Amino acid sequence: MAVTTETEERVIRYNEAFTETLRDLMREDPDIFIAGEDVGRYGGVFQSFAGLNAEFGDERVVDTPIAEQAIIGLGIGAAAVGLRPIVDLMFMDFVMVAMDQIANQAAKMKYMYGGKASLPLTITTTGGAGLGAAAQHSQSLEAWLIHVPGLKVVYPSNAYDLKGLLVSCIRDDNPTIVVLHKKMLGSKAHVPEGLYEIPLGVANIVRPGTDVTVVAIGKMVDEAEKAAEILSEEGIDIEIVDPRSLLPFDTETVVQSAKKTNRIVIVHEAVRNGGIGAEIAAQIQEEAFDYLDAPIARVAAPFSPVPFSPALEMSYVPSAESIIEGVRGVLHRNA
Amino acid sequence: MATKEKSKISKEVLLDLHRRMVRIRLLEEAAGRLASEAKIPGFIHLYVGEEAVAAGGCVALTIEDQITSTHRGHGHLVAKGGQFKPMMAEFMGRSTGYCKGKGGSMHISDLDLGMLGANGIVGAGVPHAVGAAFANKYRKNNLVTMAFFGDGSTNIGAFHEAANMACALHLPVIFMCENNEYAEYTPRDRVMAITDVADRAVAYGMPGVIVDGMDVVAVYEAAKAAVERARNGDGPSMIECKTYRFYNHAGVNAFGTPYRTDEEVREWMERDPIKLFEAQLEMAKVLTTEEAQVIHNEIQGEVDEAIEFAEASPMPDPMTDMLTDVYTEAS
Repeated sequence: MAVTTETEERVIRYNEAFTETLRDLMREDPDIFIAGEDVGRYGGVFQSFAGLNAEFGDERVVDTPIAEQAIIGLGIGAAAVGLRPIVDLMFMDFVMVAMDQIANQAAKMKYMYGGKASLPLTITTTGGAGLGAAAQHSQSLEAWLIHVPGLKVVYPSNAYDLKGLLVSCIRDDNPTIVVLHKKMLGSKAHVPEGLYEIPLGVANIVRPGTDVTVVAIGKMVDEAEKAAEILSEEGIDIEIVDPRSLLPFDTETVVQSAKKTNRIVIVHEAVRNGGIGAEIAAQIQEEAFDYLDAPIARVAAPFSPVPFSPALEMSYVPSAESIIEGVRGVLHRNA
Repeated sequence: MATKEKSKISKEVLLDLHRRMVRIRLLEEAAGRLASEAKIPGFIHLYVGEEAVAAGGCVALTIEDQITSTHRGHGHLVAKGGQFKPMMAEFMGRSTGYCKGKGGSMHISDLDLGMLGANGIVGAGVPHAVGAAFANKYRKNNLVTMAFFGDGSTNIGAFHEAANMACALHLPVIFMCENNEYAEYTPRDRVMAITDVADRAVAYGMPGVIVDGMDVVAVYEAAKAAVERARNGDGPSMIECKTYRFYNHAGVNAFGTPYRTDEEVREWMERDPIKLFEAQLEMAKVLTTEEAQVIHNEIQGEVDEAIEFAEASPMPDPMTDMLTDVYTEAS
């Protein structure tokens, strides 16, 4: 990845990285506009678009009706005739409201129309639980999206990756979906000034290790890092792989790690059943079955809607503790 | 429509309207035959009977303006300038088709002609028209976008969202409704409590007019006014064209169906938009019956050539073509 070297490390919030990246790209490319609910005057419900309407005006940062199908459709039509739209679905749960436009329209147009339609469309949204937002404002629905040929999906786990992945997605000529984790909006990281790209489909080995590979998605990378610290005190050395981009998926890096550690735990916030963990596990066993010393474990949410009460929600979302439990499970199982 | 009023329209435009309708009709009749011979696979939704809507609408547009279409999209593409050879090849699933055999009849399109795609999901193309119109306004290029859709589309959420958004953002869109009285196989009065789709326009804040969709001049004049309005920055309009498809929702049967009477079908066929227009053109001394026949023959020859071309064209290759065009590769 292209990182500008700086003498002084600049540390900013995840949400700020999002806003400044949009701003810098819009200054660079007049074909980029943003449309979505509350993104204009108000600056977005999480203030992720703060200041953009003031700088770029109502023409380029557009408040739309609450109409998710038309928001995505607006992006599709504008992209089909050459603009580079960024359309926002406030919460990832609203993806389902717009699923026809995303999965049947945006994703398939290029193919259905024989390659002529190029759709440089970016959909931004926020996923993840932990804010007491309950069943319809807390989901991580990446599994719904990675099932659709034609889409690209990223779920950045930190501010640095967010910026690089966002730049790559917006510059990509395909429909891309950038999922921000709501609980990470305030998290800080070193983020260089200036635009840089992190290529889509390239995983990041967040922490090299030898004993167990933990593949963690989105905010679960944070939890895995906490788990790694605790486990290292016991002499257990885990390798954390953050796929960063879920579609395309960097199977090779994950498989190489599996061949090295021979034990795999996959962590995601979505429910276990039919989650992305199932796909990752299938890909690993296809490529590295003979290297595995234990069944691949999944640490994920139980099969219920996201509950409201903090008492329930806290144990619903996987944590460092549940990751540690998963790691112990694959270590104590001898093949 | 009286010939006196039509005299305001140039002969060139009248002949253009006629030619585009005949092009649609003859291509569709051939496509229907080929489908019944199983030479065209899959579903086919023929536009026969509704030609005046696509022709009247598209003659009011420039080649650079955009349209969005429906599952019944052949007529829209022909009216927007689509060529028979790649259309017929696409119907037959050949690699020389407009969509390289990957879309077929239901997804026929040519983005280079501003035809943003026939669509298998009812109403789903309408938001795309709003997006293209947004881009036109954004670029101040003075282009407009026309969304073709059926009466059935106006009952789907995406239509409502798109119509409201177009009006809220004051975009250069023309909502062109083909009210053919049936949502697939269900009569309009079973699924809508209103008779006229145009009544819905006022609720979005745009004018809605009703025209005889079998009268190509009426459609053209309404479209021209709406296009002018959009180009002048006066926002969206809705035109409801009362029309009829002669064949079934899908396939090539016209008669003997349980959802509409043969008598009704015959009554509408009496009002065949091409026959009506040819009679008017003859009365106005714009086109004689003999001259019309020459045009029919010439176009039929072109259709026959397209069939030959399609049948001689290769099928796409599963080994090399399956996975191409899923993504745009980085340049």
